[in-house]
Order: sequence, then C-alpha cells, then structure tokens
Amino acid sequence: MTSTALSTISSQAAANRLLLRRKRAERRFQLYGILAISAAVGFLIVFLASIVSRGYMGFVQTEVQLTVNFDAELIEAGSYRTILRTSLAELFPDAGSSRAERRALAGMVSAGTVFVLRETVEADPAIAGTVQDVWVLASDPVDQFYKGRIDAALPEGERPISDASLARIAALEEAGRIALRFNRSFFSRGDSRNPEEAGILGAIVGSALALLVTLVVSFPIGVMTAVYLEAFAPRNRITRLIEININNLAAVPSIVFGLLGLAVFLNVFGLPRSAPVSGGLVLSLMTLPTIIISSRAAIRAVPPSFAEAAMGLGASRVQAIFHHVLPVAAPGTLTGAIIGMAQALGETAPLLMMGMVAFVVEVPGGFTDPSTVLPAQVYLWADSPERGFAEKTAAAIIVLLGFLLVMNGLAVYLRRKFEKQW
Amino acid sequence: MHNRLVAAVFVAGAVVAAAGAAQARDQINIVGSSTVYPFATVVAETFGRGSDFKTPKIESTGSGGGMKLFCAGLGTDHPDITNASRRMKSSELEKCRENGVMDVVEIKIGYDGIVVANANAAPEVQLTLRHLFLALAKQVPEGNQEGGQLVDNPNQMWSDVDPSLPNVAIEVLGPPPTSGTRDAFNELAIEGGCKTFPGLKAIKKEDKNRYKAICRGIREDGAYIEAGENDNLIVQKLAENPNAFGVFGFSFLDQNRDAVKGASIDGVAPEFENIATRAYPVSRPLYFYVKKAHVDVIPGIREYIGAFTSDDAWGDEGYLTDRGLIPLPTDERAQFGDNAVNLTPLESL
Repeated sequence: MTSTALSTISSQAAANRLLLRRKRAERRFQLYGILAISAAVGFLIVFLASIVSRGYMGFVQTEVQLTVNFDAELIEAGSYRTILRTSLAELFPDAGSSRAERRALAGMVSAGTVFVLRETVEADPAIAGTVQDVWVLASDPVDQFYKGRIDAALPEGERPISDASLARIAALEEAGRIALRFNRSFFSRGDSRNPEEAGILGAIVGSALALLVTLVVSFPIGVMTAVYLEAFAPRNRITRLIEININNLAAVPSIVFGLLGLAVFLNVFGLPRSAPVSGGLVLSLMTLPTIIISSRAAIRAVPPSFAEAAMGLGASRVQAIFHHVLPVAAPGTLTGAIIGMAQALGETAPLLMMGMVAFVVEVPGGFTDPSTVLPAQVYLWADSPERGFAEKTAAAIIVLLGFLLVMNGLAVYLRRKFEKQW
Repeated sequence: MHNRLVAAVFVAGAVVAAAGAAQARDQINIVGSSTVYPFATVVAETFGRGSDFKTPKIESTGSGGGMKLFCAGLGTDHPDITNASRRMKSSELEKCRENGVMDVVEIKIGYDGIVVANANAAPEVQLTLRHLFLALAKQVPEGNQEGGQLVDNPNQMWSDVDPSLPNVAIEVLGPPPTSGTRDAFNELAIEGGCKTFPGLKAIKKEDKNRYKAICRGIREDGAYIEAGENDNLIVQKLAENPNAFGVFGFSFLDQNRDAVKGASIDGVAPEFENIATRAYPVSRPLYFYVKKAHVDVIPGIREYIGAFTSDDAWGDEGYLTDRGLIPLPTDERAQFGDNAVNLTPLESL
C-alpha cells in the first residue's frame, strides 16, 4: 500500500516534469518559428527599403526651362543644334564662346534635347518663328547633383560636375528655371543611353506581348493536358512515365529551356530573334509544367461525386468534366496559371539565349518586332556606367515588383471570387 | 478537342514562323562585346533619332559569343555587325568563311583603359606591372627574385610584394574569366609583369603553353575575388572597403571619381590623355566588324558605319569621348575611316 502510494507520487512527479519539459519544448518551437518569420520579414523590409529609397527619385527628373527662339530659317535648314546653342548662350551670358565652354553649356541639358526641339516643331509647325519657354530635361550630372546624389563639398576633380556648372545651377535656381518634375519619359519611352531619357515602356510592352503569347499557348495546352491525365488517361506505365517527366520538367533550370528554344524555335522554325513571339514560346515551355501540376491538383480536389452524379443523370464523360468538374476546379487552375505567368515575367536566363537582352529604343508594335523584357532591362541598366542608371534600375525593379504584386493579387481575388463551397 | 487544339497551335506557330522568315528586315542587328555596348548603343541611338532609319538593335553577348553568332552565316537571320573588345581571331575568320561570310570589314574605334582603383579614403599607391604580377599571379619566383624556383604565390600583404606598398592584405575585386576585361587584364597587366623576369620570358620560346599558364594564371586562393560582370558593384564595394582594390574599365572610374581613384601603373596615371597616347600600359583596342554582303541589303548599315566613324562620334572631342572611349591616334583614325568608306574587307589575320 505505501509502496504503491510512493510510486504514484513519484510517477506523478515524473509526469509533471515531463509535462513541464513538453511545454518548454513547445514554447521553444514557437520561438524558433517566430524568429524564422521575423528574419524573413526583416530581410524583406531591408530589401524593399533599399530599393524604394534608391528608386523613388527615378520617378522624378530635373528639368530646365529654356527660352527658345524657333528661328524659321534655322528650322528650314535643320540647324536645331544652333537653335539650342543660342538659347543656352542667352541663358548663361557669362560663358565664353570657346569650344570647351560651348561643350560645357551643352552638357547642362540632356544630349537628346536637340531631337526634342525637332520633335516639338514637327508636332506643331506653327511654332516656327516664335519664341517659347520650353522645359527640357537636365543632363545626368546636373540631375544627380540637383537630387543631392553628388557632394558639392568634394574637390572639383573628384566629382562629375564642375564648379562652373554648380554656379550655373545656382543661377537657374534663383531664376526659378530648374525644378524636379514627374518623369513622364520613364513611362512613355523605350530604352536610351542617356539615363535622363531612358524609359521603361518598351520593356513593359515587350513583357506584355511575350506573356500574352505564353498565356495563349501554355494555358489551353496545360489545362487540357491536366484534364486528360486526370480524367481520361488510363493508369499505365506510359502515363506514369509522362507524369514523372512533367514533374521533372518543373525543376529544370530555365536556361535549358532557352537553349532548347534557340535550337528549335530560332534555328529550325526560323522565328525572328529578340521577338516577343519567340521569347513567349520559350516562356510557355517553362510555364507548362507549373500549370499542368497545379491544374491536376485542382481537378483532383473536386470530389468524384460531382462527375458521378452528372454521369448518373446521363451526361457523357466529357460533359461531366467540362460542365461540372472544370468550373469547380477553375480557381485552382487560374491561380496556377497566374503564378506561372508571374514566374515567366521575372525570367531572364532563357530570354538571353533568344536575344531579348538587347538595346531596343523603339517601343515594339507587334509580336515580331525586336523587344526586351522588364528583368532584362533591369540587368542592362544595372551594368551601365552612367550615374543616373542606378536609380533607374531601382525604379524599374519597383515597377516589376508592382506588376508581380498585381498578378499575385489577381490570383488571390479570382480564387476568392470563384471558390465554391460544398 | 485536345488534338485539334494542339494542331491549331502548331499551325499558328508555323504561320508566324513563315511570316517572320519571309519578312525582310529593315533594322540593323548588332551583337557582341559588353565593353563596346555602351559606345555602340550611344551611336545607334543618335543615328536612329537623327535619320529615317530604325534604331539598330544591339545585344550584349560578349566578344566571343558575338563572333559565333556573326560567323554563323549570311542572311537576315544573322547579325550584320559584331562588336569586339579584342581583335578577331584567325580561327574565327576561318569559321566565318566556312559559313559563307567571305568579306568582313574591320573597324577599330578606339581604346579602353583598364584601371586598378581603390577608395578615395585609401592611401594613393604607385603600382608597376611587376607588382601586379607578384600580387596576383598563381605562381611566382621564390623570394620574388629573378631566378627563384616557381612556387605557389606566397605574398599575402602588398608589402610582401614591395616594401614601398602599404602593409595591408592583398584583396583585389575583378571580373570573372568569361569577361573580355579579364582576358585583357591577364594579357596586358599580369603577362606584362611576368615579362619583366627575363627567366620567365625565356620560357615562351621553349614551351608556349607553360608560359601562358605561368604568365596569365591568376591565383585562386581568395586574394583575387571574382566580383561578377557588374562593375558598378565593384565600385560600391571599394567605397566600403578602403583596403581593397578593383579592376574595371576606365569609363566606370570616370563616372565615379567621387568614390574611387585609379592607381598609377609604371608611373603613369590612368588619365584620358595617358591612355590616348598609349603611355598607360593597360589599355586595349575596341573593334566592330561588318558583314560586307549585308551592306545595301539591310537598309542603313552604310549610314550607321558613317555615323560611328564621323568626327562627331569618334573624334577627339566627339560624343563617345564623353562616355569614356579613348579616341584613336589621328593616323589610325584616318586609316580605319578609309576602311569604313571603302568597306575594305580583311585579307587575313
């Protein structure tokens, strides 16, 4: 009797100890989880903060107001360079007329200003013979200084802008002829080698065209493959082999698809290099496994009773699948497709082989026009020596992240909207 | 349904393919070196905006990759021009001719300096080619002396290389072996320093491969850090670490003088004038090559070459010099300018 009581007490104590240990273990595990999540969130915040702090200035651009005399004779002769030089000389009357001084003056505004003046006249020929105040883009060094990215306290030889230019910027500021304005050309132009003029529209359109090709090719094929494999294919060695291969393809490095695309689409089919159609086809190869796998999972998640009930009422197998199973599985397939598209949007490696990492100035107008894509544009700008491209790179990353956010948000929305409860 | 759909997609693909192939190209296609890319793109943009031709499309594939695409054949599927940060090799010209690209016009456009730079906050150093060899080569003569046995590079500090250099660990950030900049650096700087040892130079006559392995081999023990192709990244890292040196193109030094400064080599500072006069020892020529058979077939090639070789672009005060291109001496410019006008093809290399 006493011995059992003792053993009860001791086993009670042991159980209590065990319980304490288990509770401690649980708390520890939760702590690890919280630590892991906060580390991930911390990295994300650092990443976003560094991108945004570098990139937000890319959405504004320093502009300078010139008083331009659109001399009819000079326009007739096409001497826009002289027109620009005259208006710059009027703005800074202190500057000499030596070649070096003239070059320094021309270096205050963007190298593309001459073309902008010509385009202004072409858009509105009535302007010839009048004097107008025109806002033009400042050159990269002026822009970088005005945005506070260049330290004026450094000795003259160590900064990319001369003392004379600093004095001119101060004079412009006093006259109210220099200002930060919204960077319209960033959203309305293609690539340029002048950072102040470089725009992202060409890359956005290129990405959109390539993704459209990807969607049109991979979505139907992917969903049909999934339907066939789930609902119609006999379970045998061959279908199992196909399944394993599809799962494997999802893990193949994307550059391999690029090499395949180069060999097949460009060399055999003769599709144009650097064009959205060829890039889109390669991306669709890459996206197919993602769509197939997620669509199969979505179809499998629909209870078999749906199809059975339909067939019990006389529907054919095809009718049962297309009228009853697929609509219920739609949110899952759509989510898979959108996530596949988002992956494709961020892909550069296979497109390198297809020649889409290229300098393309004109905004592509069709599927066979040369074009580049958003991540390729980021890559090209990140490697450019001019200072202004640093913020353009970050700004382009913000735009890319924005598109990814919208696409993933769309996936969530569609899932919510079409989700059916049963 | 499934079959019909697949068939439809293939038909659509074939139609697009046919359309693409049948369509004549009205835009110049350029491939090649990432070092020439910043210069060629400026010319292309100016050319495109100032003329009625489309702006040429330029891919940055590297010199070797560009040659491969360029020499793959004639016709609109193949590029018209390739840029190179080194001269075409005779094997590449042969490959071109095998594939029907018989006439290739060579145009040298200028020079690019390769600089060894460190942070502005760091002390200024005077380097020599010999210093660079002793600091970065895989194998050096024992005791850093002429006649010493070749040993795996034991130099850990710059002061081990030469007492006049600072007493800090050797840490050099530079381009990876796939880069043309690295090739040129190995050939001009490391081999240049290697040649200052008559004993090593003599190996060239006996065994060319061994000579190359010794005189162009970079150490792999962590003193030379391959920092990727992105030179902006190297500049950023130098600014953060005053003990490190970086190897990159002159235009990146020119744009970042508020963060880094270039070390003088053999007593010559990496300045524009010194590279132009060829006094600075680590500089290399830049080229582009044109398929003569494509001229007058693809519209604008002749005019693009003209724009590139105009005084406005490649002249002593042309806009390319603003981007860091070192112009050719006057006689060379006249010679290659003639080439550009007459489209004189390469005879042999």
